[in-house]
Amino acid sequence: MTELTSLTIAEAREKLKAKEFTAVDLTQAYLDAINAANGVFNAYIAVTPEKAIAMAKASDERRAAGTVGALEGIPLGIKDLFATQDVHTQAASHILDGFKPKYESTVTQNLWDDGAVMLGKLNMDEFAMGSSNETSHYGPVINPWRAEGSNQQLVPGGSSGGSAAAVAAHLCAGATATDTGGSIRQPAAFTGTVGIKPTYGRCSRWGTVAFASSLDQAGPIARDVRDAAIMLKSMASVDAKDTTSVDLPVPDYEASLGQSVRGMKIGIPKEYRVEGMPEEIEKLWSQGIQWLKDAGAEIVDISLPHTKYALPAYYIVAPAEASSNLARYDGVRYGLRVDGKDIVDMYEKTRAAGFGTEVKRRIMIGTYVLSAGYYDAYYLQAQKVRTLIKRDFETVFHDGVDAILTPATPSSAFGVADESLAADPVKMYLNDIFTVTVNMAGLPGIAVPAGLDHKGLPLGLQLIGKPFEEETLFRTAHIIEQSAGKFTPSKWW
Amino acid sequence: MSVDLATVKRVARLARIAVTEDDANRIVGELNGILGFVEQLSEVDVSGVEPMTSVTPITMRRRPDAVTDGDKADDIVANAPLTDRNFFLVPKVVE
Repeated sequence: MTELTSLTIAEAREKLKAKEFTAVDLTQAYLDAINAANGVFNAYIAVTPEKAIAMAKASDERRAAGTVGALEGIPLGIKDLFATQDVHTQAASHILDGFKPKYESTVTQNLWDDGAVMLGKLNMDEFAMGSSNETSHYGPVINPWRAEGSNQQLVPGGSSGGSAAAVAAHLCAGATATDTGGSIRQPAAFTGTVGIKPTYGRCSRWGTVAFASSLDQAGPIARDVRDAAIMLKSMASVDAKDTTSVDLPVPDYEASLGQSVRGMKIGIPKEYRVEGMPEEIEKLWSQGIQWLKDAGAEIVDISLPHTKYALPAYYIVAPAEASSNLARYDGVRYGLRVDGKDIVDMYEKTRAAGFGTEVKRRIMIGTYVLSAGYYDAYYLQAQKVRTLIKRDFETVFHDGVDAILTPATPSSAFGVADESLAADPVKMYLNDIFTVTVNMAGLPGIAVPAGLDHKGLPLGLQLIGKPFEEETLFRTAHIIEQSAGKFTPSKWW
Repeated sequence: MSVDLATVKRVARLARIAVTEDDANRIVGELNGILGFVEQLSEVDVSGVEPMTSVTPITMRRRPDAVTDGDKADDIVANAPLTDRNFFLVPKVVE
């Protein structure tokens, strides 16, 4: 019974069904694992043991009564960005100190409706702004992976660093995450886990703390492709409370696993062969191409000419939307308040104390690019470039490409408190160079582990699909997973 | 385009974030680094291109103009730092 936490969601589902153990047993095993290891990883910033056990008991009772949901009794970790009723919800920010919402996000409600159990809230970059989980008010998350023969602490990526680390270290069966520029896929790649950002509109954004509303999208981080498919099926829904959620049936994603990719056209974009890309990333990419070729897919070279402009356009659009979304944190209705001599002084002091350096930087950039006289030169120009980025994808899909294969990140996980990255914000932003185009065009993208680098650290490949064709991504990612195998960190903690 | 100290202070004021002189000086450099990076967008020919307003072709759903929620005053003020009888309290605004 000691290794209950090593089971995937699909495995646990079968064993719960066979009554080999109960949801309470499984939940307790995770709570014990969190208790033993969270001090090392800092993945959870709030653990909810009593709620977890109560939910697990209720799940066992439902099962006994013959009502079994798709995630019945499965213990999950929830990124701190999702509103969870009466439970710590702070987007890992100081400015939301003590905030416990009186409502539940649609995505988490969907999970509980399907029988899942909440273990607690997961660490993240403050307001999802970061690529290393180091901007969190609660301190950095430590990656369960280490380079061979090294004790150096590595970042799990970000912003969903707590989600990725908790999944990789088996501190939850699966986790919710969100992705605005790569925040699901980059941490998944850094931790040897699977993460999918679905098409914009597939999951409701209601009750998810907003960063950049035209880019934000929820998705799962899981141990393998099947678990990601199971979780996304439950997370996705149309929602009257989010008019951008899409009224399309949610397919049974799991059913697409094992389907052939024979005859499928996979595009390889030449613009993703960036200058200074490590040779082993190049090799991994070639290996991925070979696996898909071996499985019967047709490989075609494609061009997405505006790729290099996606990241600069993102760093106008995302901060602009953030500066507007984060205007609500003013010390009046929730969270932190720092008193001042008048109301404006109170606003300014509250926001100065409550937001971290990176969040302030992005609010300032956003405020500047939206300010009088600069709107056309920056924001309007960026939104026009965004149209061109989307058009690039539409063109190749129109020409018959079914999915696009790229590396997920330009490197493997880097060290905590890396000095060169701390000194240059733009250098940190470059982490999202392969992932951000997908958000700008609203497309689905999945990161799947494909190998280890020379240091023994995981590397991922990314598949990009047509709008609402997540099934194609699961099917293709499953081929890569079967070829590459799965990757688990050796336990040093 | 680049920003100077006065612009940074003006933007901080617009964003309602108090900055010290040291903060402002550091932010000048950081903002200019980021603005230098995004400058490359100006080389893209966007003549005749519509700015994106939505990534998916969404038509806003309509619903009857009816009250669907309410009577939650206690919930709404539950997280506020300072309240009195379901009012949010702030420093005096009008003399």
